[in-house]
Amino acid sequence: MTSTLLEARQIHCERDDRPLFSGLDFRVGSGELWRIAGPNGVGKTTLLRILAGLNPAFEGELLWQGEPVHRVRTQYQANLLFLGHNAGVSSSLTAYENLAGWQAMRTPAVPEQVMAALADAGLSGYEDLPAAQLSAGQQRRVALARLYLSSAPLWILDEAFTAVDREAVAQLEALLANRVRAGGAVILTTHHRLALEGVQVLTLGEGYDAV
Amino acid sequence: MWQWFHKLGSPKWFFGIAGRLMPWLGWSALIVLTAGVVWGLLFAPADYQQGDSYRIIFIHVPSAYLGQSLYVAMAVAGVVGLVWRMKMADTFIASATAVGAAMTFLALLTGAVWGKPTWGTWWVWDARLTSMLLLLFLYLGVMALRGAMEDPDVRARASAILVIVGVVNIPIIKYSVEWWNTLHQPATIKVTEAPSMPASMWVPLLICLLGFHLLVAWLILWRMRNDILLRERRARWVRDWVLAQ
Amino acid sequence: MRSEPRVPVRLQEQEGGWPRAAVETVRREWLIAFRNRQDLMNPLVFFVLIVSLFPLGVSPEPEFLRQAGPGIVWVAALLSILLSLNLLFRNDYADGHLEQWVLSPQPLALLALARVAAVWVTTVLPLVLLVPVLAVMLHLSPGTGLVLVLTLLVGTPVLVLVGAIGAALTVSLRGSGVLLVLIMTPFYVPVLIFGTGAVTAAVEGASITGHLALLGAMLSLAVVLAPLAIAGALRISVSNG
Repeated sequence: MTSTLLEARQIHCERDDRPLFSGLDFRVGSGELWRIAGPNGVGKTTLLRILAGLNPAFEGELLWQGEPVHRVRTQYQANLLFLGHNAGVSSSLTAYENLAGWQAMRTPAVPEQVMAALADAGLSGYEDLPAAQLSAGQQRRVALARLYLSSAPLWILDEAFTAVDREAVAQLEALLANRVRAGGAVILTTHHRLALEGVQVLTLGEGYDAV
Repeated sequence: MWQWFHKLGSPKWFFGIAGRLMPWLGWSALIVLTAGVVWGLLFAPADYQQGDSYRIIFIHVPSAYLGQSLYVAMAVAGVVGLVWRMKMADTFIASATAVGAAMTFLALLTGAVWGKPTWGTWWVWDARLTSMLLLLFLYLGVMALRGAMEDPDVRARASAILVIVGVVNIPIIKYSVEWWNTLHQPATIKVTEAPSMPASMWVPLLICLLGFHLLVAWLILWRMRNDILLRERRARWVRDWVLAQ
Repeated sequence: MRSEPRVPVRLQEQEGGWPRAAVETVRREWLIAFRNRQDLMNPLVFFVLIVSLFPLGVSPEPEFLRQAGPGIVWVAALLSILLSLNLLFRNDYADGHLEQWVLSPQPLALLALARVAAVWVTTVLPLVLLVPVLAVMLHLSPGTGLVLVLTLLVGTPVLVLVGAIGAALTVSLRGSGVLLVLIMTPFYVPVLIFGTGAVTAAVEGASITGHLALLGAMLSLAVVLAPLAIAGALRISVSNG
């Protein structure tokens, strides 16, 4: 029995005077794993950013638990985890400081949890290195470590598997599956072929009319 | 009333109405302005203090007034655009900016022309001219910001915010510049005339004011129609209209 | 990577505490400033350089410097602030932290106010503390120097608050900081006028309470309104991604 978390109604979006998508209806409930698919440039990232509330350049409605997002913005953002193209990791701060800072914005920081999350993301031993000295893949892991600290019911992940090496891909897939089984909801895009069951797919570019 | 307001947001409707209004505005602007300017420049009596050089106020006062009120109108449009998400609001801002800047520049120019015979210099840092100069900078700032942004939606919202913050500042700027001016020039002849003007002077002034309003309205509607055609160029009604020309 | 989630799914009914988020915002700003402390020198050096140009370029006569000094210091401070503001949000925008910050579960305007306050302490307060030294170089009397510091203490927060609006609007744009200077200068003029006006009044022996009160009023207005504009501008710039 899933409850609807995020609902998008009749979303119409343009870019460079071309309609990207029109009349898009989309509903995500707890326990659902969604993948937004489509060719490059079709607007997957744009749609994700609209759903995350970062991009207001659309027509239509976006509802969080039945309420328009612009009216319950802080509540929506308290229940949302968004990972974009950029890791959001500051190069002057260490991996630990980056993650602890992110957590401290949401709940009182608990150092043991932060260390454990970094270890979960495969960064044991790298916690105190300035992020500038980490590789791109490691910086991405700092961002992914947030998944282990987040109680948010909705995760929106853009290019979830970017810069994740092959062994970790299977584990990340399992994490997402377990999360969804535990009642969370995930919307993601990826170029990687998901080896998961029960993934619902929303394909852009065909089946959504350009006006 | 709300219905009319929402109609205003439709580019096609606005284009049609503006198209019908423009000839009226254009011709009446021409007639009224000619009448006002000719009356003021040629027939109104000379000022006993400043002689004939004061006549420039028939151009200076309307352009200064419009330079200011256009900025305020742009700020109102900015609020409308942000709150009601109307693209037409940004069309107005895009069209009015250049006209407002031109009016402000004209006010500065005519202020200088007035200053030369009165004080012997082309420029003087008095309160009104300095405020006008800062207003021109505000306009230039909006133009520069818009020029640096390509995405039309981001550009619309960003310039709306800049114009709204600017309008809040205008009274602050005016007050502080006036205060600054009294500090540095205790005995100043103000660029604006004292209100005790005889009817033979303020009647042509009012006519010029009206004429300038009509002219500015015509200019802005013209620019707005062009902007609409550009924005909506993929729509069928635009194609039909262009083909019918 | 671990494949079991650690933290259970929990629906938050209310937003996270904003005092803690504000404190964390300040803490992070100061930590990064400390890590890059050599960069903090730049606005200071620029400030002193600009001030030094005037004796060199105009006249080193004590009479001239005494009269022009307060204005020179104010203009130099204004330009230094604009220079540092240009970088205010840029790093965060580039590495993606800005969009995470904008997605924080607290009112963004409050966080913006905290951030600006933190930036004022790290970037502007050192400038103001340097003013007594500059006052000596410009042959200003100690009393004048003190009033100058006072007006800067009240006026520069206004400059930072209003300038942050421009910084937020232009953060996603390429190009030099000239655009920011062009946009912000008209807004800075009232602060400049009353700041220098106060010092002039002090030199003439008149009371400065009126000027300080006006500067204080501008500060109150800026504290209340600017954060809202900064938050709106940040959201706009982040959507440009």
